Amino acid sequence: MNAFKKRSKLMAALVTGAAISLTIAGCSTGGATTDGKVELSLLVDNTDANIATVEALAEAFTAQNPDIEIDVQTRPGGEEGDNLIKTRLATGEMTDLFWYNSGSLMQALNPDQTLLNIADEPFMDTVTSTFIDGVSTPNGVYAVPAGTGMGGGILYNEAIYAELGLEVPVTWDEFMDNNEAISNAGYDAVIQTYTDAWTSQLFVLGDFYNVLAEEPNWADDYTANKVNYADDDVAIRGFERLQEVYEAGYLNEDFASSTLDDGLRMLAQGEGAHYPMLSFAVSTIVELYPDQADDIGFFAQPGDGPSNGLTTWLANGIYAPADTEHPDEVKSFMAFIATVEACDVQSDAVGATGPYFIEGCVLPDDVPNATADLLPYFETEGGTAAALEFLSPVKGPSLPQITVEVGSGIRSAAEGASLYDQDVTKQAQQLGLEGW
Amino acid sequence: MAITTERRLARQSKRPGRLPEKPRKSRQKSQYPMWFYIPAAVLFFTLFVVPTIASFYFSLTRWSLFDIEFIGFDNFAQFFREPMLIQGFVNTFIFGFITSGLKVVFGLLLAVLLSSQIMGRTFLRSVVFFPVLVSVVGVGITFRVLMDPFDGLINTALAGIGVDGPGWLTDPSYALLSVAFVEVWRGVGLATLIFIAGIVAIPDEYFEAATTDGASPFQNFWHITLPLVRPAMVTVVILSLIGGLRSFDLIWAMTRGGPGFTSDVIASVIFKQYQAGFYGLSSAGNVVLFVVVTAIIVPIFWFLNRKEADQ
Repeated sequence: MNAFKKRSKLMAALVTGAAISLTIAGCSTGGATTDGKVELSLLVDNTDANIATVEALAEAFTAQNPDIEIDVQTRPGGEEGDNLIKTRLATGEMTDLFWYNSGSLMQALNPDQTLLNIADEPFMDTVTSTFIDGVSTPNGVYAVPAGTGMGGGILYNEAIYAELGLEVPVTWDEFMDNNEAISNAGYDAVIQTYTDAWTSQLFVLGDFYNVLAEEPNWADDYTANKVNYADDDVAIRGFERLQEVYEAGYLNEDFASSTLDDGLRMLAQGEGAHYPMLSFAVSTIVELYPDQADDIGFFAQPGDGPSNGLTTWLANGIYAPADTEHPDEVKSFMAFIATVEACDVQSDAVGATGPYFIEGCVLPDDVPNATADLLPYFETEGGTAAALEFLSPVKGPSLPQITVEVGSGIRSAAEGASLYDQDVTKQAQQLGLEGW
Repeated sequence: MAITTERRLARQSKRPGRLPEKPRKSRQKSQYPMWFYIPAAVLFFTLFVVPTIASFYFSLTRWSLFDIEFIGFDNFAQFFREPMLIQGFVNTFIFGFITSGLKVVFGLLLAVLLSSQIMGRTFLRSVVFFPVLVSVVGVGITFRVLMDPFDGLINTALAGIGVDGPGWLTDPSYALLSVAFVEVWRGVGLATLIFIAGIVAIPDEYFEAATTDGASPFQNFWHITLPLVRPAMVTVVILSLIGGLRSFDLIWAMTRGGPGFTSDVIASVIFKQYQAGFYGLSSAGNVVLFVVVTAIIVPIFWFLNRKEADQ
């Protein structure tokens, strides 16, 4: 009896000890391994191209720094991913490094409290000021650029254009004329894929160059709640364009049940001619439809003025949480990313789909056809304007659902715009902005 | 089911022959020592009481996970201004009452069939119950594929007989009803099971007597089965109505509230606030949902049980 009691006490002690050590192990994410090596964890969203980019970067970095290994982990994208990032930052469970959007989404992370400030690091000297503006607050700078910049506009099938003798449109009227001709020839003029609701936003978001061209102070006034979409004849055009292509019957018949992958397939295989999209999708086309990739071109969203330009998206960033256990190793990885060598590693891994934000980086000669169409806008003075989300922290969470409704005739452009204005108010209040 | 158990216990205690119970003292000494209750109490307190109180508190704040600011009832004001809320409420009621009603009707019919002497009864019972065992999200994704307007099995089959099927989940006027139909398919097994238990419990003497008096099968059903199966029906109505009013997983897996906002219910409106990072606002939404479900269920529960007691 006594012996039994003793043994059970011993067991209890062992079990408690094991539980405690497990808890402690659970608290530290990543950490030093026994042989002096350090393992950094890096969280990236589950887009193939992005995973390939960070894996290539990690491999090249470890080749130079054998003592630091990078463990790449993945997370879901979209709103689910935003939530996961916020939760892990708030609970102190974030990986040593993570990949995340720049601009308004990054502002929502409360960066001054949660992220590692790298404003004074020497390696930031080679990062372009355009990118730094998109990942900083008045109190600090928080990321190095990963991947390339993107344009939001129209991917189009050049083979259909050649067959029908069409020219790349600059104004919205020319665009609608082309749609008419394409539609009459039996192709789907405009591909839309509303099952991936975010893809429905492009006509609105990609129209922002045209808004700024007519009203240069729009973004600041928007942040200060002096203008909105519903009452502004220029800004509401994005919603109206969405309504016009639907009402003219230019959409593919299965627009409501299609996904991004379906849309890219229809475009590459020549079932449809235009697909409003971000230029990052080019790398997917190159990977899945290598034979048709040369047929796919890109133009900026046509506007109502005599000339148009490109609405651009900054590259994503690599961030670190403020409480990382290995700040020195994290910074040395960031320093590596901010080199010309790292650009070349990324170009080799996934191909370049836009310009880099590191000084001295050049694109390889053999970029995909659509990327080549993108570059002249960047090389023209005044040819680009940053998307609204990089100029203002205000972005409503329901825009995808609203643009789906406007784009499928459930709600009019005017109603959609005013609904979005209400949605934005919540976000601005949450951020504690003045004037809301 | 808790109801039927309680009633049985109540009946047992009235049975003659048992020792008359002692009149209860106001503070009867418990037969278990105090510490016996502690584990359950700790669990209940940390897992139910604390989060409930915390969520009431957070519903009064603007909370970004990083910062917290007390803003009184602003969240509730904001939540009731939410443009999708009215539609969300309407959709929730449509969904709750349609699924609950159909589950009662189909559940009862299936139960009558499956408690009669038909071939392969046990097998058929398992078949009806099977969908209850499958993961909800799995069911949702499967039906999303089946209901695809162009390549889906349902519309392909309809095209075979010359019918042009609608976009079950992509047409705003059908989306919510399609999901409700899948919910009925998924949940009718449980309703059937409860009804079978209720029907089996009806003593055979009633049917024998009625048949001797020349009652038709329909009269048997209408005058014997239906009234006596009422406790089971109360259970089915309550369970399926609660489930329908707060249902979320199936809708989210099939339409995400779409297209646009057309199949949003209260629970998915709340979830979207949470996804957008409006944590205080979504807590307020949950408090509202709690109050609404309680306000609907308690009167129904009371009404149905009272009627039963009257008989």
